[in-house]
Amino acid sequence: MPSAEREMIATYGSSQNDCHYCQHTHGATAAEHFGGNYEPIDQLKRDYASAPVSDKLKALLGIAGKVQQGGKYVTTEDVERARAKGATDKEIHDTVLIAAAFCMFNRYVDGLATWQPHDAAMYREIGKRLASSGYTVPGWEKPVQKAQGQ
Amino acid sequence: MPHIDLPEGIPGILGPMAFSPQTAEPLNELADVLLRSPNSLTQGEREMMATYVSSQNDCFFCQTVHGAAAAYYLGGKETLIDELKRDFESAPVSDKLKALLAIAGKVQKGGKQVTADDVERARKLGATGKEIHDTVLIAAAFCMFNRYVDGLATWAPRDPQRYRESGKRTADEGYIHSTDHLPKVAS
Repeated sequence: MPSAEREMIATYGSSQNDCHYCQHTHGATAAEHFGGNYEPIDQLKRDYASAPVSDKLKALLGIAGKVQQGGKYVTTEDVERARAKGATDKEIHDTVLIAAAFCMFNRYVDGLATWQPHDAAMYREIGKRLASSGYTVPGWEKPVQKAQGQ
Repeated sequence: MPHIDLPEGIPGILGPMAFSPQTAEPLNELADVLLRSPNSLTQGEREMMATYVSSQNDCFFCQTVHGAAAAYYLGGKETLIDELKRDFESAPVSDKLKALLAIAGKVQKGGKQVTADDVERARKLGATGKEIHDTVLIAAAFCMFNRYVDGLATWAPRDPQRYRESGKRTADEGYIHSTDHLPKVAS
């Protein structure tokens, strides 16, 4: 699964968990993987079934949505649907773990009531940086400054 | 029946970890730093938080394996762990831990469920910023682990003795090498 698709799973899970910071940073990262096109990401959050993504990704997002509610909500039908669209065991595994991980990240961010600005330009900068350099390079603690080359 | 082809007979989270060693490594490091690194909250207290959240998430494997670790730290008090899961407010644990478990319970429902009053209660009973941070992150992490274990429909044994043994092993040896013995799955 390309990074863009995995970021979309992260964004979708975070929007289902209603976490502002997470859905906008990961949404921006996903959009930047698409050359800065935010429209598919907005559609994804609104209604992924009609978003311009593959049927396989839609089936995996269906699994991710179930994981967000709880692990036991994932049914064999959900998994069969993804397999019918070509999903491998690894892709199903990774979808479940990404969705589960974002249930952690979202609770961490909101559980401490962190400061989450409503600033589209800031999220764009963070998205560009995450899409190009990832999560572990130095500067992670000052994402906006790092993105701006400071 | 697991949703993907996992090696047979490997319990709970260990099956997916054998399947995906690349993700198992940071997950085990996270568990170890959260639950066993030096902390003003004891290892027993932190395992109790993990157990409580896992029981709220109705994850049999996680609540049993972490409950066993917690019981081991407490000198074998399995009934205390049962009481904790049933009603932590009346369990024989410190008031500060009760206040932190209340925060953990809120995090389990959703981050935004944690209120200033929940935090104030914990602070009044002596909880530090770090202890509150760690409680939130432990609770959040177990919302991940529980979903990983149940989301793939992993198998869990039912024999309590197996869990007693793994509880002791985990307490003594930690999480980082907990998967060294697993078969390497061909990718």
